[in-house]
Amino acid sequence: MATATATPRRAIESGVPDNKQYMHPTLLKNYGNWKYHDRPRPGVLHHVSYSGEEVWSVRAGTQRQMDVHTIRKLCDIADKYAEGHVRFTIRSNIEFMVADEKKVAPLIEALTTAGFPVGGTGNSVTMISHTQGWLHCDIPGTDASGAVKALMDDLHQEFIKEEMPNRVHMSTSCCEINCGGQADIAIIIQHTKPPKINHDLVANVCERPAVVARCPVAAIRPALVNGKPSLEVDEKKCICCGACYPPCPPMQINDPEFSKFAVWIGGKNSNARGKPTFMKMVASGIPNNPPRWPEVSEIVKKILYVYKDDARPWERMSDWVERIGWPRFFEKTELPFTKYLIDDWRGSRSSLNASAHIRF
Amino acid sequence: MAKKMHPTPMLDKLETGPWPSFVTGLKRLAKDNDMMVDLLGQLETSYETKKGYWKGGTISIFGYGGGIIPRFTELKDESGKPKFPDAAEFHTLRVMPPPGMHYNTDILRKLADTWERHGSGLIAFHGQSGDIMFQGARSDKVQDAFDEINALGFDLGGAGPAVRTSMSCVGAARCEQSCYDEATAHRTVLNNFTDDIHRPSLPYKFKFKFSGCPNDCMNSIQRSDMAVIGTWRDNIRTDEKLARAYFAKHGVTDLVNDVVSRCPTKAIQLVDASKIPTGPSISAVKVSDTQAIAIENRDCVRCMHCINVITGGLSPGKDKGATILVGGKRTLKIGDLMGTVVVPFMKLETDEDREKLVDLGRRIVDFFAENALEHERIGETIERIGLVNFVEGVGIEIDANMVATPRTNPYVRADGWDDEVAKIKAKKQAA
Ligand code: HEM
Ligand code: SF4
Ligand code: SF4
Ligand code: SF4
Ligand code: SF4
Repeated sequence: MATATATPRRAIESGVPDNKQYMHPTLLKNYGNWKYHDRPRPGVLHHVSYSGEEVWSVRAGTQRQMDVHTIRKLCDIADKYAEGHVRFTIRSNIEFMVADEKKVAPLIEALTTAGFPVGGTGNSVTMISHTQGWLHCDIPGTDASGAVKALMDDLHQEFIKEEMPNRVHMSTSCCEINCGGQADIAIIIQHTKPPKINHDLVANVCERPAVVARCPVAAIRPALVNGKPSLEVDEKKCICCGACYPPCPPMQINDPEFSKFAVWIGGKNSNARGKPTFMKMVASGIPNNPPRWPEVSEIVKKILYVYKDDARPWERMSDWVERIGWPRFFEKTELPFTKYLIDDWRGSRSSLNASAHIRF
Repeated sequence: MAKKMHPTPMLDKLETGPWPSFVTGLKRLAKDNDMMVDLLGQLETSYETKKGYWKGGTISIFGYGGGIIPRFTELKDESGKPKFPDAAEFHTLRVMPPPGMHYNTDILRKLADTWERHGSGLIAFHGQSGDIMFQGARSDKVQDAFDEINALGFDLGGAGPAVRTSMSCVGAARCEQSCYDEATAHRTVLNNFTDDIHRPSLPYKFKFKFSGCPNDCMNSIQRSDMAVIGTWRDNIRTDEKLARAYFAKHGVTDLVNDVVSRCPTKAIQLVDASKIPTGPSISAVKVSDTQAIAIENRDCVRCMHCINVITGGLSPGKDKGATILVGGKRTLKIGDLMGTVVVPFMKLETDEDREKLVDLGRRIVDFFAENALEHERIGETIERIGLVNFVEGVGIEIDANMVATPRTNPYVRADGWDDEVAKIKAKKQAA
């Protein structure tokens, strides 16, 4: 019986668990000995080992934020059709491995029937990596799970097929901190007005020097407001990044009306062909319109389908734009190129065209 | 039996469509969990008002300083009482996953059962840093939940100014491109930093990530302070049977357009099968009786493209290891930074090799702890002090692979030039 005086349990600082105890036996047996793979159909990877052994992996999309009942449903499928082993991908897809090709079709059938789309391999639009949003973060301008659900409903066909020129990775982030990361298409909420300061609270809640130090453009200064120590923002300087909000919540940056979406494209982590690239901002001022965010979907789909039609095989979004050039990107996608898309931050000259390279 | 559901007309609209719906999951949980009933109430309010209502705080489990993300509701009525009291506390436990995120159903069921008993029943597989995120525990349940998860062999990950949870790709477990044992490297490095994970005391976060090859499936280059990316330094291997199979399916047009002309350094050439070049750095393979491709490996930058296209027909070499890059991060405060090469090649085969990786990581984290400003990532520190001060500070030798180009501006004092040249010569002679 636990009593109030009992010593609390000390944690076992076990660190990162050993994955070998959970790994599918065929993966374990051929660890480090794989020879090649192919993709018999979208959503299925077929790996062949130097030993001659083979494994089929079936990939399905999930809602990432899963209730235990969904997890158990996936476990039931794994037990019945997939030898009891699964793994997750970085984009919250789930993979079931089977060592017998005959098990692939029934597994796909079971997943599809249970509502888990099979796909996300090769040249498809994979599940959108996303952040927390209203469900759990303390600074979100929008929701992430909901925006992703709405968008993946629209892109479902592109998930279950492999019809893109190359793979398309997407991310969404519910503030400019962009926990969602770089992507071929990234959707990020953007604040467009400086923080609204509740001067009554600043002195009690915020460590003022820390907040001043956080601002990337030195727009914040200590100030005395109504006789109380507070902070003030030089609104002409402020770039509305929101960095002052986490250490000082009375500097409210989110605004139901003026927090808008921006869309970025051409981020690539892989070193394949070109070096990795950062994503670039191509649209802004898009309304934050729950529960299904139709305006964002419209723009994302426009970009995606122009890319699908126009890019050559193996061109990632960034490779494609490198070939056709930015003017034509804006022409083809019918997105307005405004002055706000010209970088004026540190190192900005490297993004200007220092050549006579012009396409007509 | 749970309390009555709040109306959720907006969230209901996220239950249609072919993609699995988290709202349906939340509602299922709400059938026997009051916390979820109120969570849905608060979330619906956010959808209506377009405002978030969580604030942070401090909660940790006994003996640790980080790993729990506390959340308290700010949605209160006039008298200061939470409007949705059963979800007034909704904390997250960040838990480190096994490398490559492998599970069996037994452990998943046990984790789910634990979370149903002590938390909301909502789990994210996985957060953007790789944690299993057990979302939604009351303050008085956090310790119990952790104790059970911990007894199952799992441990909390990082939060705050600490070494953070790491990720590694599926790699050796199922990928033919893998150039080192990612999982073992991941565990070896991270488990040498458990203290820095559990007791935040760095200037800011520090992330390691492990990708088995330059395809970098873990996004390590842009999303980690120290990226370990697999590579090789000998010749690309070839397999004629698979190369011929690719060609038979695709023909010469695809071979030229998709492979030869997409090589970023033009290291690949299409050659006549009767005139295949030879030499110690040439990889060549016949794709038909009349045609072959030849790669000059000294020109190859190990970008992976041709290997990705002709999987198995071309593969990474045998002398494998990893490239180490430092300083990747997003936006705050000086803009996005990619990792910079600090070690072009490092063997990662034996325990001894991995000890060297741990040692390098330790020197970098120590340098970070001593030299970074508060809330500064290591990439920003490097930008502030210059790469040379950084690599000399951590004891790494200068290498031409660290730069895209040598400097273009003349603002440098070069009066130590002769000494440096002498040092480099002496080292070469000693080698
Ligand atoms: C109150 C403030 C913040 C909250 C609540 C928050 C929350 C989160 C969460 C929950 C994750 C996923 C964690 C996981 O998987 O374990 C995450 C990841 C991330 N956060 Fe934040 N975050 C905050 C501030 C920041 C800041 C200030 C930055 C950078 C300037 C940042 C950059 C990132 C990045 C880049 C990732 C993804 C990292 C990766 O892929 O490894 N976050 N954040
Ligand atoms: S992107 Fe911003 S709001 Fe979203 S989870 Fe990250 S810090 Fe929170
Ligand atoms: S929003 Fe950003 S730029 Fe504006 S005051 Fe805050 S930290 Fe500075
Ligand atoms: S990073 Fe390379 S080794 Fe790792 S899973 Fe991706 S392709 Fe395979
Ligand atoms: S791996 Fe080497 S040879 Fe192949 S495309 Fe890349 S640079 Fe060229």
